[in-house]
Amino acid sequence: MQTALRTSLPETELAGRATFAPHARVVREERQEEHRVQASGLPLSIRGLRKSFGDNEVLRGIDLHIPAGQFVAIVGKSGCGKSTLLRLIAGLDKIDAGSISFGQEIQPEDIRVMFQEPRLLPWARVLANVEVGLGRDRASSDAHARAEKALIEVGLADKRDQWPSVLSGGQKQRVALGRALVSRPRVLAFDEPLGALDALTRISMQRLLERVWRDQGFTAILVTHDVSEAVALADRVLVIEEGRIAHDVTVNAARPRQRGSAELAGLEGSILSHLLSADDRT
Amino acid sequence: MSLIDSISLPRSIRLPRADGLIQWIVPLAIIAVWQVASVTGFVPTRVLPAPSDVVLAGWKLLVSGELVRNIWVSFWRASVGFLIGGSIGFAFGLANGLSQLSARLTDTTLQMVRNVPHLALIPLVILRFGIDESAKLFLVALGVFFPIYLNTLHGIRTVDPQLIEMGRIYGMTDGELFRRVIFPGALPSIFVGIRFALGIMWLTLIVAETIAASSGLGYMAMQAREFMLIDVVVLSILIYALLGKLADSASRVLERLTLSWHPAFQKR
Ligand SMILES: Nc1ncnc2c1ncn2[C@@H]1O[C@H](COP(=O)(O)OP(=O)(O)OP(=O)(O)O)[C@@H](O)[C@H]1O
Ligand SMILES: [Mg+2]
Repeated sequence: MQTALRTSLPETELAGRATFAPHARVVREERQEEHRVQASGLPLSIRGLRKSFGDNEVLRGIDLHIPAGQFVAIVGKSGCGKSTLLRLIAGLDKIDAGSISFGQEIQPEDIRVMFQEPRLLPWARVLANVEVGLGRDRASSDAHARAEKALIEVGLADKRDQWPSVLSGGQKQRVALGRALVSRPRVLAFDEPLGALDALTRISMQRLLERVWRDQGFTAILVTHDVSEAVALADRVLVIEEGRIAHDVTVNAARPRQRGSAELAGLEGSILSHLLSADDRT
Repeated sequence: MSLIDSISLPRSIRLPRADGLIQWIVPLAIIAVWQVASVTGFVPTRVLPAPSDVVLAGWKLLVSGELVRNIWVSFWRASVGFLIGGSIGFAFGLANGLSQLSARLTDTTLQMVRNVPHLALIPLVILRFGIDESAKLFLVALGVFFPIYLNTLHGIRTVDPQLIEMGRIYGMTDGELFRRVIFPGALPSIFVGIRFALGIMWLTLIVAETIAASSGLGYMAMQAREFMLIDVVVLSILIYALLGKLADSASRVLERLTLSWHPAFQKR
């Protein structure tokens, strides 16, 4: 019904709305090509990346190319350096050796990170928390409107005037996602963003992540310890072992993906066995 | 406890009605029992005058204008001393919380001074300032300084580093980071300091006025003691209690207004 209505709207208005209205998927898909060209994903090239903390050599030469708009998941056993890699990509820590390049000059607003903890300001209402994500555009006149759009996108428009402390864990994480999305980033890095959520909330958040990624076409890098989450969401799963990328597994399953399908289960099994055999060796 | 239950922002500015009454039941009952005990001679009035006598003494002093003058003098000393000591403490707390250099430079010294009970300085202060206003202001300011300094410092140091990192990631400038993350994060602790400081403020003032003053509530009580006017002594004590309660309530209202985001201050 809604979709039908929208398709009868004039072209210009469509473009504006399609980006945010979850119901307008039909329209959106037609325009996806165009959309990706103008906004979205940046490619990412990492060469010989190294990082140590004191004597602890965490990353020992990472080489990786991620095409624009790809959804990459990074798995590996605890302490193998997943978060370290992500923080380097996001520019939060200093690189020891090697390089990370995005193929062009980037703005700080182009890269956003989401952590396991929502990191919301407890003393700011939900909307104000999302506005923080605008970075240097915070003061601009359309800040409110943009933050509201982002809230609609993550399905929390009705919570805009609440304090974070009254939200559930999943809702807080959705606000954090809205804050990360509001500046229309071109690379979005997630460090176990769903790690603290219960199973059901996780699944609905995974769907939300996939949806906004498909809508906006940013390059997504997801660190997770849940291999089934990795194969459900990603185009490609990287396994990190001993500071290097040990396996690079492509997930070709068509989207939307069927959870628990034989294809995904098979991939999940083989990635798990990589992880476990690495564990046995040490 | 009653406060935490009753907190809800829009209503909280007017005192919550039910709780407002409940908290006065016990003091009123005590006064009633006291009056009965005095009238029946159970408590000799030489030891403790009846509440009615205290009220009468209060009325006389009020009519003569002496009461208002003394309360005003004490109130003025308390608030000016508090403002001076509080702002210096706050400034040092900020500086040492935000700057390693400043902390290394001054924190050890301040911690050493803190271990001297400030009331022990009274003889010294009298020698230096005599009994004029600056002596009292100095003592109150000194007493108030430390709780505010320590709690501001603690508040700033314990702001969640993850929030600070978040602010940096999202491109906040130093000023914004302070205004939007560090200061609001330190505020609950700062209020703890203020509440402590208010208690110390009255204590210091009572002692200072009792020992070295020629006006103010403490002085009034000392004078009354010399003339054996025990009802005036009791009156002064009650007024101190009332002023202390008022200061505490004021800080609580302020706290509720500024910390309305805090889970402890939200509607259940
Ligand atoms: N700031 C730091 N200072 C010193 N050592 C660090 C620091 N950050 C990480 N490390 C070390 O680097 C190694 C990798 O840490 P990292 O957080 O990247 O692991 P991870 O793969 O994200 O693990 P997990 O799955 O448990 O989150 C660990 O041995 C950790 O102790
Ligand atoms: Mg980690």
